[in-house]
Amino acid sequence: MIPELGHVALIIAFCLAVGLALIPMWGSMHRDVTAMNLAPTLAVAVALFAAVAFALLAVSFLQDDFTVAVVAANSNSLLPPIFKFSALWGNHEGSLLLWVLILSGWMTAVALFSRGLPLLMVARVLSVMGMIAVGFLAFSLLTSNPFERLLPNTPLDGNDLNPLLQDPGLIIHPPLLYMGYVGLSVPFAFAIAALLGGRLDASWARWSRPWTNVAWGFLSLGIMLGSWWAYYELGWGGWWFWDPVENASFMPWLMGAALVHSLAVTEKRGVFRSWTVLLAIFAFSLSLLGTFLVRSGVLTSVHAFAADPERGLFILIFLALVVGGSLLLYALRAPAVASRVVYSAVSRESLLMANNLVFTVATVVVLLGTLFPLVMDAFSLGKYSVGPPYFNAVFVPLMALVMPFMTVGPLSRWRDDTAARWLHELLVPGIAIVAIAVSLGFLGKEGFNLWIALAVLLAGWVALGVVKDAWRRLANPGGSLRWRSLTPSFMGMAVAHIGFAGVVLGAVVVTQQNVERDLRMAVGDQQELGGYRFEMVSVGQQAGPNYLADQAVFAVTRDGQPVATLIPEKRRYFASGQIMTEAAIDASIWRDLYIALGEPIGEDAWAVRLQYKPMVRWLWLGALMIGLGALLTVADRRYRTQVQRRDAPVVGVAGVAP
Amino acid sequence: MHPARKQRLILVSLVVVLSSAAIGLVAFALRDNINLFYPPADVVAGKAPTDRSIRLGGMVVAGSIERSNSELDTIFWVTDYEASVPVRYSGILPDLFAEGEGVVAEGTLDESGMLIATQVLAKHDENYMPPEVAAALEGKTAPAEQPVLP
Repeated sequence: MIPELGHVALIIAFCLAVGLALIPMWGSMHRDVTAMNLAPTLAVAVALFAAVAFALLAVSFLQDDFTVAVVAANSNSLLPPIFKFSALWGNHEGSLLLWVLILSGWMTAVALFSRGLPLLMVARVLSVMGMIAVGFLAFSLLTSNPFERLLPNTPLDGNDLNPLLQDPGLIIHPPLLYMGYVGLSVPFAFAIAALLGGRLDASWARWSRPWTNVAWGFLSLGIMLGSWWAYYELGWGGWWFWDPVENASFMPWLMGAALVHSLAVTEKRGVFRSWTVLLAIFAFSLSLLGTFLVRSGVLTSVHAFAADPERGLFILIFLALVVGGSLLLYALRAPAVASRVVYSAVSRESLLMANNLVFTVATVVVLLGTLFPLVMDAFSLGKYSVGPPYFNAVFVPLMALVMPFMTVGPLSRWRDDTAARWLHELLVPGIAIVAIAVSLGFLGKEGFNLWIALAVLLAGWVALGVVKDAWRRLANPGGSLRWRSLTPSFMGMAVAHIGFAGVVLGAVVVTQQNVERDLRMAVGDQQELGGYRFEMVSVGQQAGPNYLADQAVFAVTRDGQPVATLIPEKRRYFASGQIMTEAAIDASIWRDLYIALGEPIGEDAWAVRLQYKPMVRWLWLGALMIGLGALLTVADRRYRTQVQRRDAPVVGVAGVAP
Repeated sequence: MHPARKQRLILVSLVVVLSSAAIGLVAFALRDNINLFYPPADVVAGKAPTDRSIRLGGMVVAGSIERSNSELDTIFWVTDYEASVPVRYSGILPDLFAEGEGVVAEGTLDESGMLIATQVLAKHDENYMPPEVAAALEGKTAPAEQPVLP
């Protein structure tokens, strides 16, 4: 009964979403206030029924209802309850339901927090989001119904969740990532609403900006968690593989990075308007493309689920409709919203434009590398694969290119600035940072390392710019510091920029100084690596709730002093018979020690992978700072004042737009 | 010059410089870093290049996995039920690597026709088959007995 109720809830959500897509939009065309006023109510109602459907599927998972196909395929009675719950989105159908739930959650947020906006805008934004919800609910109901029953051939027990996914990382990684992915639909909806209304000014940018920052912040956190999960769970000790599905989430992030900065210019100066709109369209289109790449099974990837072509076709058509429709609208309406504001070559605008260009080009090269194999295959020109060397070769120089601007940008003035002033502000810090970079370059084990020196130079340059900027704001001729000038907006930017510097530094150092060895070890064997001594003390077996693990105990010492005891495992899961590597990691801010077991190779010996990874934590701490920084900006007062003005006469404001 | 025109000039020249740099980088990077996929039949027929990295995919021949006793070297045969190619890999094999399962190996062919693999990818869940392998095996069925090794 419960799954049927869930199915009904999902169908009701679909019907309500159709209403949301049509009624307020019709109202906005005919200036019908009643119809437009329905938008927030309908949005909340869609969210409510999506939540009911989600909760009922969760109940089916927790009650081990193996008559439901997805439960039978992805859960097992032995699975710990928390993983039974997260198994809900560890599969195609359930993760799509999560998509819908989060989308309707964003709609509810827009409905609740946008009361200060003109009714016309709210109606259009929610209506556009409603259309997206219609698409995804239809996709779920027509091609991937999560409530499908397996009757009468009901299995006695479930197939089990893929062991790779039985991990706390999976509990939070997909929801956070989807918060970002789907959240980009909000700036998209704002952009479409602006095109429809022909209203695209500074206040539009101010409405759209906090949503964009929050979505992008979540996307950053989601990608960070994914990288971290891959690092400890896949057992290879890598943190980024340029896997097509990673790229699928990374492309909207790159485009979102451009959008976040471009919105700043549009809000403050009213320029880049049509460009900002285009970025918002592209960012969400790339989210949809990512969904297509992941859900259609066209890719060879650790994320691809077994999938049928019908689903891929559905998303492809949906993608074509969204991209085609919004670009058509853009082509028709963009000239009306273009700006006529002048700024000089030496100004904050041009620096942010450089940022935008670099991030856009970076998105395009990643897109090219990701789609190249698909395109070649589609035209029967051969089956290619594009590997990490390509992406590193094109991506790393682009990121290096953007960093010098990151310091100058925040320090420079809008509209018109002079190179002489830049020099005055940055000469001394610049010289200091070159000196530090050169000396730190020698710290590596094999003499001077140019790459580390460059990374320190660029990261230090960015960090120093932030410090200088903060000091400039704080300094007061009167003596006391002006703490109030450190607004949440500024702090968010500062934290995110320093985080970015941390990511770059961590990435370069761990790539350059990583020591990795695959070898054969038996009990009693010792191995020296990165200044640490690893000794294999014993091997044994240990039973878990739904698996049996082979364990090896390693004692790690440095100069005779004990450092850590690491116990990597090789698990065999009962239900599926799958083998899983569980790496053991001794983590610290300056270095990780990483041991993974390969396979047993005769006479108590194991294939063992030992790794010494300096500063790898900086990557995730940095990414965490980027995400939190983006979220922090929303606390800024100017976004709150617009909410306080909610009592403005609704009809009067709505009448402003043409 | 008129400020608006000057602004546009700056924008255009920035776009030109950046995009040509990007195109140059992409062309340079793509030249060496793409790998073409070959099924074993094509490799045995001599259609695969030996001077660059390729991807080979098929099924691991049952009973063909030989592990070295002192090193981490493993040799196994990959088949598409028409022909088989030996692969040597030094390192830790993926968890789901097993006899009779689908696999994709990346590496270069040596003179004897053995693939010296730098990376071995196996499927990561039970129902999933890399698309290339599925395509390479399409229309070919596993013989009742495993192919005899040459």
